[in-house]
Amino acid sequence: MRTEIPVAIAFVAGMLMVVSLFVPHPFIAEPAAVMRSWAIIITAFAYVLGVANIARISLHTVKKRTTDWQYKGALVVALVAMAGVGVSRGIQTGGLFDWAYLNMYVPMQATMFSLLAFFIASAAYRAFRARSVEATLLLVVAVVVMLGRVPVGEKLWPGLPAFTEWIMEVPNMAAKRGIMIGAALGAISTGLKMILGIERSYLGSD
Amino acid sequence: MAISPACARVSLRCLRTACGVRQLSRFLLSFGFVLFLIWFALFHVTSPALASVVLETADRPDDDGTALRLMWRGDLAEGDSLVISRAAYPDTAFSPVATVDAMRAGYTDQGLSRKITYVYKVEAAGGRTVLSEPVSPSASFLNTSRLVMLAILALYFISVLIYIKLAAGGREFFVRRISGLNAMEEAIGRATEMGRPVLYVPGIDDLNNIQTIASMVILGDVARMTASYETPIVVPVCKPFVVPVAEEAVKQGFMNAGRPELYNPDNVRYLSDEQFAFTAGVNGIMLREKTAANIYMGSFFAESLILAETGFSTGAIQIAGTANIHQLPFFVAACDYALIGEELYAASAYLSKEPKLLGTLKASDVAKVIIMVLLTAGCIAESLGLTAFAELFTAR
Repeated sequence: MRTEIPVAIAFVAGMLMVVSLFVPHPFIAEPAAVMRSWAIIITAFAYVLGVANIARISLHTVKKRTTDWQYKGALVVALVAMAGVGVSRGIQTGGLFDWAYLNMYVPMQATMFSLLAFFIASAAYRAFRARSVEATLLLVVAVVVMLGRVPVGEKLWPGLPAFTEWIMEVPNMAAKRGIMIGAALGAISTGLKMILGIERSYLGSD
Repeated sequence: MAISPACARVSLRCLRTACGVRQLSRFLLSFGFVLFLIWFALFHVTSPALASVVLETADRPDDDGTALRLMWRGDLAEGDSLVISRAAYPDTAFSPVATVDAMRAGYTDQGLSRKITYVYKVEAAGGRTVLSEPVSPSASFLNTSRLVMLAILALYFISVLIYIKLAAGGREFFVRRISGLNAMEEAIGRATEMGRPVLYVPGIDDLNNIQTIASMVILGDVARMTASYETPIVVPVCKPFVVPVAEEAVKQGFMNAGRPELYNPDNVRYLSDEQFAFTAGVNGIMLREKTAANIYMGSFFAESLILAETGFSTGAIQIAGTANIHQLPFFVAACDYALIGEELYAASAYLSKEPKLLGTLKASDVAKVIIMVLLTAGCIAESLGLTAFAELFTAR
């Protein structure tokens, strides 16, 4: 019963969503819309689980003084401080919460994102080393596309920008669409396996 | 009876006078009528632009009965605008709905009720109007524009069920080798030899993304393998809703391996809902706990390369899988193995070798063949100028 009832619920909810794609009448569309609202509400409740999880693990680490426990301590302090400020002073624009978000979180986030520029360079260096026929082809095409998208490329050969566009719009697009069609079919079959209860490992133990 | 000349002269004068009055009155009547026509034309007849305009209203097809379509045609000039107003029939209190360019083909009024009959007024500058016939929106039972999609989906469902039945009957299917999945056990074995944990990142999307669901299924198999090797698995989670599902998947994997006592609930860790805070947290785990095998399965975005490059710098074996095509090049460049698109969804069947799940892979192959045939037919039809074939697959 521990798996049968969830499988039955998954079947009913899943089929309702599939049918609502083809039947616009309110007798199907309205329950489907209500169910989508439930999903939003349940997701909101899941934040309680998330906060409980992070607090439990971090406090456990701080209590046991395991390696790098100070980071977990900082995390708990930040969690409590931001939640406390948000609840007591509100989250309105110009408030303390907003100030902390804009002046502490946003710069840290930008720092993480800016790392991407350096990582792209290092990953590209490894990927474009001509170790095999495929890697050499990748290197040549990448150089052509890069040159075709900067002014010097047009200086070298006026037809290069158009050739670059052709590479992006024809062979590149064909490969992308092939991957997308395959992924879409995989997604449908995964959904079907869930709806029909063929795949039920996500439900946990019996 | 004899008439005297004097009397006759008077009578003639009177007759002339009478004729003049009649003519005058006729002239005045005619002039008045012309004036009336001019006045009526100026104030009661619609503008020249709208005089020949026909307004039609119709229910929007294939919807839930909350929209009506207004169409107008006639001699309309560039730059004319029309004010559309609506009233609940028989009420005549019109309220404005929209002001639109007169050259548009029509306007769809949305957010209506099926229980109300509406009447529309289309108004040009100067207050001159055209009224519509009363009309009610109605709900459709079937979206006919999606019939072809429904037929294809039904065929696909049927083929999945047929192949599952065949698989359940003992039929064996060939599944091509997927290097990334074969390397999974090798990576976990290496982590075991090094005495370091395995890191499993299920993407940064919520459970409403099918990639995250597929990732949870793979997580169960990876957890089973790590449990059989007695190697810890760390699962950082970005969305709180994924936490209980990931906990269950890992716990189930440990139970399937017969080692439930090794399950550590503290290893499924919710880090942050924010993309780069989560990325920083995962990078921290990689650098502090020195994970020897990093597995990224699910929906990734800009953080994919930051994670994969950090993992590369720690010397971990890295296996990634995503259906987000814009992130695939980063994983291919930075990871040892990459599952591309559909391979992510095939991973569960491939790792578990369960016949029923393998049957769904076969059905996907059949669907791909059908799609290839349809694409070829579509290319030929479009090349020959037969657009009706492509329109069959255009859903509203």
